[in-house]
Amino acid sequence: MRDSLFGLVLGRLASSLITLLLVSLVIFAITSLLPGDTAQQVLGQFATPEQVEALRAQLGLNQPPLLRYWQWLSGFATGDLGRSASNGVDVIQLVNDRLPNSLLLTAITTVISVPVALIMGIAAAMRRGGILDRTLNLITLSMVAVPEFLVATLAVLIFAVQLGWLPALSYVSTVDSLGAFMKVYAMPVLTLCSVLIAQMARMTRAALIDQLDSAYVEMARLKGVPPMRRVLRHALPNAVGPIANAVALSLSYLLGGVIIVETIFNYPGIASLMVDAVSNRDLALVQACAMIFCGAYLLLVMLADLCAILSNPRLRNR
Amino acid sequence: MQGESLIVRDLDICATPPGEDELTIVSQISFALKPGEVMSLIGESGSGKTTIALAMMGYARRGCRIAGGSVQLGETDILTLSAVETRALRGHRVTYIAQSAAAAFNPSRRLMDQVIEGALIHGVMDRQQAQQKAIQLFGELALPDPEHIGDRYPHQVSGGQLQRLMAAMALITDPALVILDEPTTALDVTTQVDVLRAFKRVMRERGTTALYVSHDLAVVAQIADHVLVLQAGEEQEQGAIGQILDNPGHAYTRSLLAAARPEARTPSGPQSSGDELLRIDDLQVGYGRCDRNGLPNNVVLDHIQLRIDRGQTLGVIGESGSGKSTLARAVAGLVAPSRGEVQFNCRELPPTLRGRTPDQFRRIQIVFQSADNALNPAHSVRRLLNRPLETYFQMSRDARQRRVEELMDLVKLPRTLLDRKPSGLSGGQKQRVNLARALAAEPDLILCDEVTSALDTVVGAAILELLAELRRELGVAYLFISHDISTVRSLCDDVMVLYQGECVEFGPCSTVLSQPQHDYTRKLIGSVPELQPGWLEGCQWSTHTQPSTAPV
Repeated sequence: MRDSLFGLVLGRLASSLITLLLVSLVIFAITSLLPGDTAQQVLGQFATPEQVEALRAQLGLNQPPLLRYWQWLSGFATGDLGRSASNGVDVIQLVNDRLPNSLLLTAITTVISVPVALIMGIAAAMRRGGILDRTLNLITLSMVAVPEFLVATLAVLIFAVQLGWLPALSYVSTVDSLGAFMKVYAMPVLTLCSVLIAQMARMTRAALIDQLDSAYVEMARLKGVPPMRRVLRHALPNAVGPIANAVALSLSYLLGGVIIVETIFNYPGIASLMVDAVSNRDLALVQACAMIFCGAYLLLVMLADLCAILSNPRLRNR
Repeated sequence: MQGESLIVRDLDICATPPGEDELTIVSQISFALKPGEVMSLIGESGSGKTTIALAMMGYARRGCRIAGGSVQLGETDILTLSAVETRALRGHRVTYIAQSAAAAFNPSRRLMDQVIEGALIHGVMDRQQAQQKAIQLFGELALPDPEHIGDRYPHQVSGGQLQRLMAAMALITDPALVILDEPTTALDVTTQVDVLRAFKRVMRERGTTALYVSHDLAVVAQIADHVLVLQAGEEQEQGAIGQILDNPGHAYTRSLLAAARPEARTPSGPQSSGDELLRIDDLQVGYGRCDRNGLPNNVVLDHIQLRIDRGQTLGVIGESGSGKSTLARAVAGLVAPSRGEVQFNCRELPPTLRGRTPDQFRRIQIVFQSADNALNPAHSVRRLLNRPLETYFQMSRDARQRRVEELMDLVKLPRTLLDRKPSGLSGGQKQRVNLARALAAEPDLILCDEVTSALDTVVGAAILELLAELRRELGVAYLFISHDISTVRSLCDDVMVLYQGECVEFGPCSTVLSQPQHDYTRKLIGSVPELQPGWLEGCQWSTHTQPSTAPV
């Protein structure tokens, strides 16, 4: 059993790597197809064709695409993400500055949103059709329906402008105490949580209700198993698969898709780095960011799949 | 704990369908059991058997409500207990054995944990005692390797074993009352005998009072002392088992008895014409990757040889997993054989759907077991029947309309049903539409895959009648797949007995079923419960007498 489990993990890892490789090809192809040329962009409109050509040669842009892809990929594998075309800094340097911020924001949001979402989902499923369920349903639906920029803007309006409790912008560099830390992170985390919790809670509720309707839960009930134990010991282990997938999808969104939150609170994360890179035609940086997002996504989905497999004895010991 | 007396008085149960008014689904049910007696609730699906049985535990399913009456177990009035008291009663003094053990066990927990859970929750004994007792029960219930079977997960044991494990789960607290809800319906006949025997012995030894829910009178005859016959939530008749079997007072009971004892009709239609319709030579079907010799990983059917003449009916019989359905799928072209060929009308049939002509499609139609899944729930009956007419025939609108009405007459459905959706039909009506759709193509051969298995006995008997009549009138041939010997006996000319993917016996129905040559055929026939008390004790077959697989 242990061997097959090891093989399973290895297999998933290998297939994730292959997916990543395919994605890298797509990313490279798309960024190569983008209109405009880095050399042209750097030198501006008034550059002579000779100057552009010289820079292209210097940047290696006149080499055949496959060779460039290979150079880029092998550089990537060895940790050399290339050099930012727009300001000449190593890409890895730029990413290193931003990635920890994004990871920290993700971590805090995860630690808060996942337990809250699970508890809300479980409570709603247990009280299906009751007042608690309907209230939670209403809350989660409105949380999903309100766009996050509105939540963020309202939060700024209330807590920063009207009440003056919190800073409107999240200057990470000013954090020197726990209090300051909480002040800086309160609003971005709140905004992100409001969207994520709703999604995850609804998925948890649906997955759990599916199990609570099953014959084995009725059987547990007819054995005199109390409600809490029915949910936690009987239904939940069988709902881990779908719940883990919902959580993984939500969290992968946190790494790449938080551009609005980063913009509104001026938070120095990796999403805004990528958007800047796109507008600057900074292809090396765009490629690096895209690969990071994709890698993180694959990692999370793989973890979710492993959770689902481990929780299911039928898949666990074939 | 010994069995206790059970007295039920004027039980009423109401249900509220979504968006509709409350209606009474069980009314005025009363019966009484002395300690150690077994009462059977018998009736068709929807007659309220399970609903009544669950009420003995103070439980009503979502949307249902116990509206009145009393259930008294020993000194306890169950319906007046508080939620906490009811919980303490369930899984301790009253326990439940569900119909589908496969669904009633939690797939992600070990069997032992589930078997002893009730005893631990109610503090009857500690974990070690409970495990010892469970192992002892596993042994009594004739489960293999009682010491270790509890360490497995539900998917690692067979259906018959799961059913016995559930009996252990129900008996571990020495309950005063056990409720058995169709506990052998999902099992093969050969397994059913073992399970019934184990149930009966263990319950007798403990003097357990029991309520046995079933639709099968022959099974009930083996295990019950009293019978209560139900129809549409109302009592039709109640009495001792012998009296109900020998001297039924109510017409409904008589119809149940008649359906349970189908007469072996001598197929009276146009006897086989001698024109060959379908011939199969040395067929092998399997799943999975093929090895160098073209042998699939998992061979499901092998060395199959058969012939059906025009207008003839061939029954294919065997237990689940014997390859019956795979045979139909191979003939229909849904799965390609790995060896051998199928000849239809003296011409070789292409192995898969892709190679077949529209005419070949038309001439072979398949009718599936579950009309619920086979009929598109969004389409009306008219549209369902029009579809094959549009596909296979160039017909004017009026001609199609006339043909649809003809088809409805043919399967004896009123034309007023034409504009209903399948959800507005009963189970038997749906199966008739399913059949009419196949007939619309004017086929030479209909593959019937367990067409009566999902139906109640009375309804199923009517469908069989219809099949026989259609055959007489239209001369259509059937490949009739069933696990039920009596249905095959009443319809088929020839029969083929499948065991683990191989044909163990083939021949005229009357000969094979009356003078079986092969051990397995004998076991299969001998395992069908007969409508007389005491048959079980006389039955010599059990899973432990494995037949040899050598072909005759």
